[in-house]
Parts: sequence; C-alpha cells; structure tokens
Amino acid sequence: MNPSEQNPGFGAGLWRDNPALVQLLGLSPLLAMSRSVATALGLGLATLAVLVSSSIAVALLRKRTPDAVRIPVFLLLIATFTGCIELLLQAYRYPLYQALGIFVPLIAANGALLATAAASRRHSLASAARGGLLAGLGFAWVLLLLGALRELLGQGTLCRQMDLLFGPGAAAWQLQVLPDDYEFPLWVLPPGAFLLTGFLLALKNAIDLRRGTSAPPASVPTPGAKRVRVTGVPPPDSRS
Amino acid sequence: MITSAPHAHSGLTTGTVMQRVLVAALPGIAAMVWYFGPGTLIQIALAGSAAFAAEAMVLRLRGRPPGPTLADGSALVTGVLIGIALPPLAPWWLAIAGSAFAILVAKHPYGGLGYNLFNPAMAAYAALLVSFPDAMSQWPGPRPLLSDGTLPGLVDSLQRIFTGQHAAPDGFTMATPLDLFRHNSGLMVQQFQTAHPLFARGDLAGVGWETVNLGFLAGGVYLLARRVITWHAPVAMLAALVLMALLCNDGGSSASRGPPSLHLFSGATMLGAFFIVTDPVTTAASNRGRLLCGLLTGVLVFAIRAWGGYSDGVAFAVLLMNLAAPLIDRITVPRAYGHGRARQHHGAPPE
Repeated sequence: MNPSEQNPGFGAGLWRDNPALVQLLGLSPLLAMSRSVATALGLGLATLAVLVSSSIAVALLRKRTPDAVRIPVFLLLIATFTGCIELLLQAYRYPLYQALGIFVPLIAANGALLATAAASRRHSLASAARGGLLAGLGFAWVLLLLGALRELLGQGTLCRQMDLLFGPGAAAWQLQVLPDDYEFPLWVLPPGAFLLTGFLLALKNAIDLRRGTSAPPASVPTPGAKRVRVTGVPPPDSRS
Repeated sequence: MITSAPHAHSGLTTGTVMQRVLVAALPGIAAMVWYFGPGTLIQIALAGSAAFAAEAMVLRLRGRPPGPTLADGSALVTGVLIGIALPPLAPWWLAIAGSAFAILVAKHPYGGLGYNLFNPAMAAYAALLVSFPDAMSQWPGPRPLLSDGTLPGLVDSLQRIFTGQHAAPDGFTMATPLDLFRHNSGLMVQQFQTAHPLFARGDLAGVGWETVNLGFLAGGVYLLARRVITWHAPVAMLAALVLMALLCNDGGSSASRGPPSLHLFSGATMLGAFFIVTDPVTTAASNRGRLLCGLLTGVLVFAIRAWGGYSDGVAFAVLLMNLAAPLIDRITVPRAYGHGRARQHHGAPPE
C-alpha cells in the first residue's frame, strides 16, 4: 500500500513520497505525455487540479463514507473532477485537449490519485488539501522535468508549442537551445521516456544516498534461510 | 546468469578474447573497404575512440580504476562493431552518438562489462536506426558496379563525413540487396536477379555484400578455431535462417522473401552470427541455451526481414533475444552430474 497511509507525516509528495519517482504511480501518463514541455505542463496542471479537488472532496466526505465502499466513492469523486477538467479543457483549450488525447480521461485511472485519496481520508480538510497539492506538484515537476529533458535532447528546443496552453501569443516562447538542425528523435520516442525515467530514478536515489536520508535495503540473507545455489552472492570485485 | 561451480578456466582473459575478436573482424573489414570505400575505416576509428573515451569517463565517474578495464579492449570492440555497422559515409556525429549511447546507456547503467542486459553495439545501432533512418540507410554501391572514380577516396570520404560537403554529386549510393528485395514488386526471383546489376553476374547475394559476409564468416571460423566462441549460437542462427527461407520460398514468385543464399550472405548475417550472437555476456549461459537463443534469433531475423518494417533485422532480433536470454537460462539449467533431470525452479517471482 501507499507509504503515506501508514505514515502520519503525510504530505511529503514533493520528494520523499513523490508519486512518480518513489511510488512509481501514474507511469503511463508520465511516459506518454512527457514528449515536450507544453504537453507535460498541460497534463501536470490538469492532474494537479483533479488531485487537489478530489482530496478536498474525500476529506469533506470522510465521515459519511462507509469503509466497505470507500474505493468506489474515491473513484466516483476522482472521475467527476476528471470530467470537469475534461469539459473545461474542451471549452477553453481545445488544441491542448486534442494533444493530450486519451490521457485527459485517463487521469481518473491514475494510481497516484487513488493513493492520495486513500490518504486524504484520514486527514482534516486543510491537511488533505495540502497533501493533494504536494502530491500533485510532485507529479507535475517530474512530468515537467522529463518533458523538458526529452524536448531538449530530442529536438534541441524548450517550450515549443506553448500556444497550446497559453494562447496564440505564446507561440513565440520557443527557445532554440541547441543548434537549429539538431535532432535525436530517440528521446522523443517511447524508449527515450523509459530511459530518462530510469535515469531520473537513479539520480533521485543517488541524491538520497548522498544526503543519507534513505539507506538502501540491506541485502543480508534472512537468518536461517537456506542457500542452495551460488546466485545472490555478491560478485567478486575482479569481475567489474 | 551466474553458473554454478565447478568452473574450468579456459586460460583466456578478457583482453585476449577482445584482441582475437578484433583480429577476426579484419577480413570482413578489408572486404568492406575494398567494396564500399575507406569510409568504414574512418567510422571504425571514430566509433572506437568515442567508445574508449566514454568508457574512461564513466569509469572515472563511478570511481573505478580505469586502467585494467580500458586495457581489456571491450569498449574498443563495441566501438569497432558500431563502426562496421554504420554506412561508410555517415556523418561523424552518428558514430560518436552511437558509441556514447552504447557505453553510457546500454552498458554502464546496468553495471558495466559482464552485467549489461543488451549487447551495447546492437542497442546503439537500433537507437540510431530508429532515430535517423535516412542517414543509416545511405550505403554506397559496391566498387565493381560504379564507374571509375565515383566511389569516394580517403580524402573525399573524410570531407563528406566531417563537413557534409562534397565535390561530386551523390552518384554512388545504391540500395542494398535486402532493400531491393524488400521493395520488389511484381518481378519473379529469377527476373529480379537478372534485372538488377547487383545480382546480374550470377552473384548469390549481391556483389560486394557476399564477399563482406564471407570475410566475417572467415573471421568466425578463426574465432571458433581459437575457441573464443562455441559453434552453438552461430550455427543455430544460420540454420534457422536457412530453414525459414526454405519454408517461405515458394519457388521464386514475386512474393517470395528471397532464397536462402540471399539471407545467409547479405546484410549483417555473418557479422551477427559470429560477432554479436556469440557475445558471452548477453546470450544464454549453457550450450543448450545458446542453441535455442541462436535458433530464435535466426527466426526473428528472417521474420523482420520478410514481414517487418526494416530491411535488415539482426540488431532488433539480437536485442529481443537478449531480453529472452535469462528466461532461456531458466529452462535450460544444465543437469548436475549425478542428479536426475534438472527441475525447473518454481519459485514465484517477487511481487
């Protein structure tokens, strides 16, 4: 289950319990919609809005939600807010809605939302709102960073097509960071999303290790465990 | 997979193995230089040095002593294989990007030599192919088919590779035999082979390409003789390729996917069979496992060539089988001496 459920220090969504980098929830929108800064920011904001509003709703209804049906209730609430966001996007940012495609309705199926809703249930309105905000920001910054990296490495630009989000005036925001003729489409293609997500995970773990905030799980065998084969023995250093 | 003791030491060190692999690649490289110009040598130099530099950089980052690992030549072999696989006149950054990808993405994040899941050279080739399909398919025609002086010499090649500028217009690029077959529409195999100069002189698999493949075959025989590789994976791969070609050969109609000779001696077949599929790190551990790995690689190579989106499929087939190698290891656990048939391990995978 989601770590913040047992953990009273709920609200560490930005870093310690980051939905994308630690809980590894919502990976499919993360991988699919991080092609560019514009799509990443769009989906990040939409997810953030649904997260905050559904957290608040769950906390408001927490006394009236029977345990047995809590998950259907969470899902209904999340789906309702997702529907609202979808309609808003259709009304005001139709090109962005088209660019995000199926991933707007799929916000409702994002595991990060269900996990946050489950956690919000134990909290007061203010702390649930804060938790939802932090989890949403945590998801959004990873999405945005991944989008920036993929756009930069893949196309050499940043912030292309920002008019999807901010209207026609924003079309000029595109920054050509690398030379004009630079492109390396691998990073925009799906394998690039997986590779860079892996590197971000590694980077986060490296930073945590360096700060000493999280020790890696010790790989000591359980006492009494029988070892028959030699697999699992740390390889001798000479092999590297 | 880590195999169980006892292990017999074959007396080969990684360094010796890599040296012999480099020696074994020479006949094939020589054939490439003769038929497709000196560009291959430049690509090998570029990719080799880039791989070497990337390896040194990563070892430094990881706080490992760079000396012994650099000296074993494994990074160099990766670079050389990338250089061989690239079109001879590809722009310089392709070789650099490919080598950097091989070392920085396909090799070291997994733990470096001996731990990498994928063959680094093939991972790099696939990354370049999906990213730059045009640049990766510009092969020159073989020397005998070009009029004198059209195939770029050393200076011209350098100029093309490094500046993209060139004195003469492109009079030398030509579809490879596999490309031709892929886009064949409506010609019976026999008509096809008389219609195209690549096959017109009775060549089995295209002028030049067959010689290059024979060169790599010769290198493979040398590797077998020096016991650097075992016969299982290459023989299984080639046999599967021939078998598939025979099965899908309908007597030479226009829908035919090409005779077995074409598949054996064209594209990257021999390079793949003797230099890539035999990579001890990324293939199965046991001989039976290697047979199975080779067999399935051959089937996949044919399937991609015949029905896939690319004209050659060695790199993708190898990568897919790299993924399957751990599973193949599980179903081909060698029988321990004195015990009955090895039973499959039925432990549930950790959730």
